Amino acid sequence: MTLREYLTAEETQSATQARWQALYAGWRRLRGNRLAMIGAVLVTSLILLAVFAPEIAPYGPDEESLADRLLPPSTAHLFGTDDLGRDIFSRVVLGSRITLMTACLVAAIAAPLGLLIGTVAGYFGGFVDVALMRVNDIFLSFPSLILALGFVAGLGPGIRNAVIAIALTAWPPIARLARAETLTIRRADYISAVRIQGGSSFRIITRHIVPMCLPSVIVRVTLNMAGIVLTAAGLGFLGLGAQPPAPEWGAMLSIGRSHLSGAWWLSTAPGVAILFTSLGFNLLGDGLRDALDPRS
Amino acid sequence: MGRFLSWLGSILVTLLGLMMLTFFIGRMLPIDPVAAIIGDQADQATYLMVKHQLGLDRSVPVQFLFYLRDMLHGDLGEALFTGHRVADDLAHVFPATVELASLAIVIGAGIGVPLGVVAAVWKGSWIDQLARVVGLLGFSSPAFWLGLLGLMLFYATLGWVGGPGRLDISFMDEVEPVTGLMLVDSALQGEWEVFDNAWRHIILPASILGFAAMAYISRMTRSFMLDQLSQEYIVAARAKGLSQGRVVMRHAFGNILVQLVTVIALAYAFLLEGAVLTETVFAWPGFGHYLTAGLLAGDMNAVLSCVLIVGIIFIALNQLADFLYRRLDPRTR
Repeated sequence: MTLREYLTAEETQSATQARWQALYAGWRRLRGNRLAMIGAVLVTSLILLAVFAPEIAPYGPDEESLADRLLPPSTAHLFGTDDLGRDIFSRVVLGSRITLMTACLVAAIAAPLGLLIGTVAGYFGGFVDVALMRVNDIFLSFPSLILALGFVAGLGPGIRNAVIAIALTAWPPIARLARAETLTIRRADYISAVRIQGGSSFRIITRHIVPMCLPSVIVRVTLNMAGIVLTAAGLGFLGLGAQPPAPEWGAMLSIGRSHLSGAWWLSTAPGVAILFTSLGFNLLGDGLRDALDPRS
Repeated sequence: MGRFLSWLGSILVTLLGLMMLTFFIGRMLPIDPVAAIIGDQADQATYLMVKHQLGLDRSVPVQFLFYLRDMLHGDLGEALFTGHRVADDLAHVFPATVELASLAIVIGAGIGVPLGVVAAVWKGSWIDQLARVVGLLGFSSPAFWLGLLGLMLFYATLGWVGGPGRLDISFMDEVEPVTGLMLVDSALQGEWEVFDNAWRHIILPASILGFAAMAYISRMTRSFMLDQLSQEYIVAARAKGLSQGRVVMRHAFGNILVQLVTVIALAYAFLLEGAVLTETVFAWPGFGHYLTAGLLAGDMNAVLSCVLIVGIIFIALNQLADFLYRRLDPRTR
């Protein structure tokens, strides 16, 4: 049996095969969506760029050369140099690591947290639900950048605190989504069946409810990545995220503020990098939503 | 009545939660707030006295009650970095933000709504594609970067607009502040030169702030319109022989107005967030600028007061949107 036959057979032989078939069908729907593929290409490029950054960047991120300050783009310096003579192309390339790492860390904290709170609230209902959702509402009633600024003020500036601050503002929408999904399945027969067999609440939530919530949570997280990248860059721009001399894109843009007339290249490349990253996650997230949820 | 009470109760609980959150962010600060005021040279007695004055020698729940009491009296404490009371500072800077955000929402809705309607009516056409691309760019581009590019192009290179700030220095203090809205004040006092200068300063930041709002508003308008246009009453109206313009404007658009009002109210709330970064780029002396200045000066009290105020405004606008929706749409009664 070829792989294609395995993936498209009318009748599945096993649960594993059914799962692979569902994934394959989703992938085919995604393939048909041109914008989503552009998003996938952008995100993949970002990942490749981050992985091979030291090989791609011709200079080190902190290699200063005062003789080469504020040089316009040339063959030696593709995107020009900044006020300390550092190569902007190399810094943009190496900065992809900071951006990707920030986004992934935030997702790695916020997604499990939101998933846990949402499923627990939805599964137990009653007082637990009311209390958790009230906390959720309070977090949701701040615009996320403002709340992140508040947390950074409490924790102090820096990339690690920025990650914590953004994660603390990113979990509520995920929790709300996970709760809604949980509510639709918690009375399902298969859940009752597990309970009658003696399955604990912990087991039911982790083994039988969380997997059902995962697809929509993944879509949500992908879409959120765009916002996370923008917030992280905004914090960097304000001087509250990654600290100099780290080649963070937002922080690089803040150098451009003092060179408005003249050195336009300072403010161009890092901004385009942020735009493409955020655009990539938005397009991919939209596409994933359409592929996984054909209803909307 | 019972409904109203439970609504009021839930608002109060949320407000209490907001204050708890800002209170506890304030308490997780690694810096000793007493030492921040008196410096590290002061003796033990002074230290204890200031600690007592600040109420920091009480237990945390008691401190929270004090905090609540001050908040309820509208006392947000003092901003160390300006030397004024935070409430006075905020009253001073807020009009600048309101002016900026209001013009931004006018731009955002003024372009976003027609764009969304046209995109829905000619779904799949080039104009729909254009609306989609514009929307995606609006969602994905960092506003502070657009601000930098705008300043570089329209101010530093072309000289079409005024630079950072609300006015050129030569026009400062020419107009008596009445409403605090520069455009309104200068127009009321007939200072047309000042008005012109203020306009040249506000148009770029307002357009950039409005761009993100436009992306959101046009996307929502499009989807509301598509929803209406697929309804049977539209088919009936068409079958009756009504013109395309009448079907679209009177029937479909008339029915999405309520939803649009709520969307625009929410977009306005999100402009507060965008204002923080836009104001920093344009040195716009508003609330966002104040917040970031406080952050960089490490002034916790000013920062957390700003966060709290934004939270309250956010809730208020959400409730307003909700209220309008219920008032204007007879189906929700």
